[in-house]
Amino acid sequence: MTELALLVQGLLDGSIYALIAVGLTLVYGLLRILHVAHAALFTLGGYVGVVVTNETGSFILALVAAMIVAGIAGMIIYRLVYQPILHLPPYVALIASIGLFIAMQEGFRFYDEQGVSYVNPPVQGTLELAGQTLQLAKIVTFFVAIILIGGLGLLAAKTRTGVAWRATVTMPAMAESFGINIIQVRYINFFIGSALAAVAGVMVSLTTNLVEPTSGDVWSYKALAIIVLGGLGSMRGTLIACFALGVLEAFATTTCVPLGNIQICLGEIMNRDAIAFAFLVIVLMIRPQGLFVRA
Amino acid sequence: MEDLLNAYDMSLIRTAAVMVIMALSLNLITGFCGQISLGHAAFMGVGAYTSVVLSINGVDFILGTLAGMALAGILGILVGLTSLRVRHDFLAITTMGIVFLFSGIVEQSSFLGDTDGLSGYPHPAYGDFAYMVMTILLAIAVMLLSIYIRRSWMGATFKSIGDDEDTARILGIDVSLYKLAAFVMGTSLAGLAGSLYAHQTTIIQAENFGFIESITVLSMVVFGGVGSIAGVTVAAIVLTLLPLWSQFIGDYKLLFYGGLLFLMMRFAPYGLAGIVVRLQRLVFRRTGDTG
Repeated sequence: MTELALLVQGLLDGSIYALIAVGLTLVYGLLRILHVAHAALFTLGGYVGVVVTNETGSFILALVAAMIVAGIAGMIIYRLVYQPILHLPPYVALIASIGLFIAMQEGFRFYDEQGVSYVNPPVQGTLELAGQTLQLAKIVTFFVAIILIGGLGLLAAKTRTGVAWRATVTMPAMAESFGINIIQVRYINFFIGSALAAVAGVMVSLTTNLVEPTSGDVWSYKALAIIVLGGLGSMRGTLIACFALGVLEAFATTTCVPLGNIQICLGEIMNRDAIAFAFLVIVLMIRPQGLFVRA
Repeated sequence: MEDLLNAYDMSLIRTAAVMVIMALSLNLITGFCGQISLGHAAFMGVGAYTSVVLSINGVDFILGTLAGMALAGILGILVGLTSLRVRHDFLAITTMGIVFLFSGIVEQSSFLGDTDGLSGYPHPAYGDFAYMVMTILLAIAVMLLSIYIRRSWMGATFKSIGDDEDTARILGIDVSLYKLAAFVMGTSLAGLAGSLYAHQTTIIQAENFGFIESITVLSMVVFGGVGSIAGVTVAAIVLTLLPLWSQFIGDYKLLFYGGLLFLMMRFAPYGLAGIVVRLQRLVFRRTGDTG
């Protein structure tokens, strides 16, 4: 494998991280909550995507349905779980979120223990690049992520809703006294973040052709690491951390470093997930506030 | 007395005693000192793997357990060092990372049995009953140690750090030293629990000490009431035995634990201990009215 192919592979994986991590950062920025249950919405999106595609035969319809269902589920989670405990110490919301995540995961087991797969998997096929085979679905994911996150950026920069949103993140009390309905902003926030996680869930289901109750686990644990790396609440930092981690994983799992007369291969000492978290721990020891501090 | 309990009852009691040690050891770090840890099971794993690898190589159970505790404690210092640098949410995610580092390294190491784990290792020749009595005595010892620490000068210092780290520092408390002390004690006791666990079962795998297990232990601390020794002990026993007694709870153990964690945080964030305190207040208010 050439360096170029590894780089591309890393960027493609980074775009999936980005779709998940954007929602987490939005929630953290607004409420200072580590929204672990976000992972369950990723999985929920995957389930809806597969089931609706199988029922109707339309993948686009399934994608939209997954976004809406997960978005509404995210708003319900905000209303029923987070809103009543916002005044309590932060660990309360964190533990409640973990509890909800585990319970939702088990809830999917009620629906279908074995997981669901596409009858006719859409967007299959592969592409050759620099001697490496890339899955078409991953390339589509990359562009979908760029379009959605870019669109979100435009929305935040140009529209009244976007201005209200940014004002609420920066200074909630002041925003409220300027007549912004901050509760409404929070609902929109959860809807958009959760819908993006659902897109990630659907797109990943294309590459694996399987959605099971635990599908979202590893992606989401790493997304949590990413938003911490990015400085918690900094959108720019998060996006950079997403792609940096994707590329780092692609290189670290395959590259060996000669040390004296033995070859040290990181991929043989620890698996991919451990590499990601080792990176996180090392970075935090050097920069405890994350790579990028919130402006 | 030995005849009254069958092998299954004894295994239940042993498991509960091990979980009491586990929960109390996390309570030292999270409850007393206010440092959240989402990766406590990894230290249990370190204790378990160390003791098992040593017993395969012919080392005595007690020596192996002590070695497991020592290694878990040393790694605990390393994690404690990160807690000096990062706080709150950053610390939560860092400790979560420890679990994935642990399982990621164990599952790639052939001498630790890769993903298959280790099995068929020798057990101490005490017999089931004596082993059970030993685990119960150790659990009681850990309870007494917890009570002693809380009543001591060190306990007061932990509490001040947990309540407000910056104020504690201004008062001249060596916050770093005491945080490390809490991590060392908590993680080496988790190592003890790990060794006890490993020698009452026949196989250990990295997934026995993963994120879900860490959350299970945390849910015991939260359910009991963060910081409350009696509450945490009761919670550890109840939450260990319920899934084994009830078929439904056993099948949907995670739904139960998850739902419980969530409902507890939502409606009673101070746990069983908080509920008891609230009931006490109710009763006292009532007697106050009549008197």
